[in-house]
Amino acid sequence: MKLAPLGDSAVIVTMGEAPDAVTVAAGCALAAALEARPLPGLIECAQANASITVFYDPARIPKRGGASPFQRVCRWIEDRAPVTEHAADLSGHQVTLPVCYGGEFGLDLEMVGAAHGLTADEVIALHSGAEYFVSAIGFIPGFPYLRGLPERLHTPRRPTPRTRVPAGSVAIGGAQTGIYPFDTPGGWNLIGCTPWRLFNAYSQAPSLLQVGDRVRFRPITPEEYGVSRSS
Amino acid sequence: MSRIHVLKPGLMTTVQDLGRPGWQRCGVTPGGAVDACALRLANLLMGNPENAAALEITAGGPTLRFAEETLVAIAGADFEASVNGARLPAWRPVRLGAGAELSIGMARAGIRCYLAVAGGLAVPRVLGGRGTYLAAGFGGFEGRALRAGDILKIGPAAAWAKRFTATLAGAEAMAAARWEIGAAVRPKYATAPVVRAMRGPQWEAFDAEAQARFIGERFVVDARSDRMGLRLNAAGAGLLKEPIDEIVSEGVATGAVQVPPDGQPIVLLADRQTVGGYPKIAMVASVDLPLLAQLRAGDTVTFAEIPVAEAQELWLANERLLATVKQGIALHAT
Repeated sequence: MKLAPLGDSAVIVTMGEAPDAVTVAAGCALAAALEARPLPGLIECAQANASITVFYDPARIPKRGGASPFQRVCRWIEDRAPVTEHAADLSGHQVTLPVCYGGEFGLDLEMVGAAHGLTADEVIALHSGAEYFVSAIGFIPGFPYLRGLPERLHTPRRPTPRTRVPAGSVAIGGAQTGIYPFDTPGGWNLIGCTPWRLFNAYSQAPSLLQVGDRVRFRPITPEEYGVSRSS
Repeated sequence: MSRIHVLKPGLMTTVQDLGRPGWQRCGVTPGGAVDACALRLANLLMGNPENAAALEITAGGPTLRFAEETLVAIAGADFEASVNGARLPAWRPVRLGAGAELSIGMARAGIRCYLAVAGGLAVPRVLGGRGTYLAAGFGGFEGRALRAGDILKIGPAAAWAKRFTATLAGAEAMAAARWEIGAAVRPKYATAPVVRAMRGPQWEAFDAEAQARFIGERFVVDARSDRMGLRLNAAGAGLLKEPIDEIVSEGVATGAVQVPPDGQPIVLLADRQTVGGYPKIAMVASVDLPLLAQLRAGDTVTFAEIPVAEAQELWLANERLLATVKQGIALHAT
């Protein structure tokens, strides 16, 4: 674990070199421990990949001796570090998302297959046969970065991003797969679409997925997509 | 409940507060006013909580009609502003009579000002904040910039604001307080500010030449700057001779100075993303963010390095100053 200032109001806590399951699990455990008994002046902990970022208001951190607010926040984080030793595995929820692959739902499915000498069905089998975990949420609200994409599906981002990717699009960008919660510009390769809503600002749990959640995809037909979408 | 009728919306006028912290783990930016200090001062002039919702006015302002008598204040950049043809002074409380038409014109210096009303703008909280999140289309007034025909509701004014409005009572369309927030308290806006910054988490990834150029060289503000980020152009070539590898995406904060492969720095502002993979050469001191919030295309900025402890001392000193201002304002209606 390595602590470094991210300016005068945040600390970035690096849990490991790479965003693997063990590192992300350790980050989840530490973020939960920090928020369970927050220091006065703590604003929020945001976990992403191999690190968590702890935001605070330096004017509200309790004074102690001659230490700066940054030093006091670091000491507080270090005191809670032992919780990460018991966080060997991801304890997050398991979510299985229905996905309608290919056709108008995934404009790049054929192209992704062709790039790897695979048929469309083989791409679907590989993508829906793997288990993923959420290593970060970002880019736009509720967009999950999923790790665990089979190596045969790793595909570089498109050289020119699309100006509009439809909400629900399941996509591949490099070694990761992700889901677009909104209609937005985007450069990942679209292979399918889920009828489920990824983000709802009017809910107290706005993001369907959280960092640490385990995710699977279940292929559905266009008919099932339509039924699920309208229900 | 009193109302404001939007006759002309201005170039980009949005409802903003001090943001919606707590949801970055879900990819939701804290957002809020780009010049948070100006918004806080405008609210203090109204006896409002500092995070009450107000209008963020960008470059060219709106024309608004106030249905009832309302206490208002403008803070931030210097804009042309008039009520029924008479000039409206900034940085002080002003009583507008029922039916008054406030016309805010073009910015004379800077780019963003804040119009606060006593009682704050009554828009629903979404995820704890009242600010407009344009990229995701929620918060503020229907998740978007104002349009002609919109009607904004005003919340209940504080007891102080009611007492102070009474001291300005009269038949005229506008009556301004005889005191103002002094220049010593306002951010030191400039068209070529020196902005204090700390080393960023990836400072060491930049070569000595890039580090030396960043501290001391003058950068020019690019026209593509917006609420998400202030885009800067180095004189001559970008800061990078060779691209630096992207890092594993990690959390970012407002004021982070990212350097993408083209070597032209971007300072992240209120509507920044929550994670980023570009190396961060520096972090702007929070106390100096208002200076960046007011820069326009063609303005310049120079960075000066300070340690984290000093940036925190500056922030604490500024907070003490604002607390003094708040006490001083409270005395005006006793």
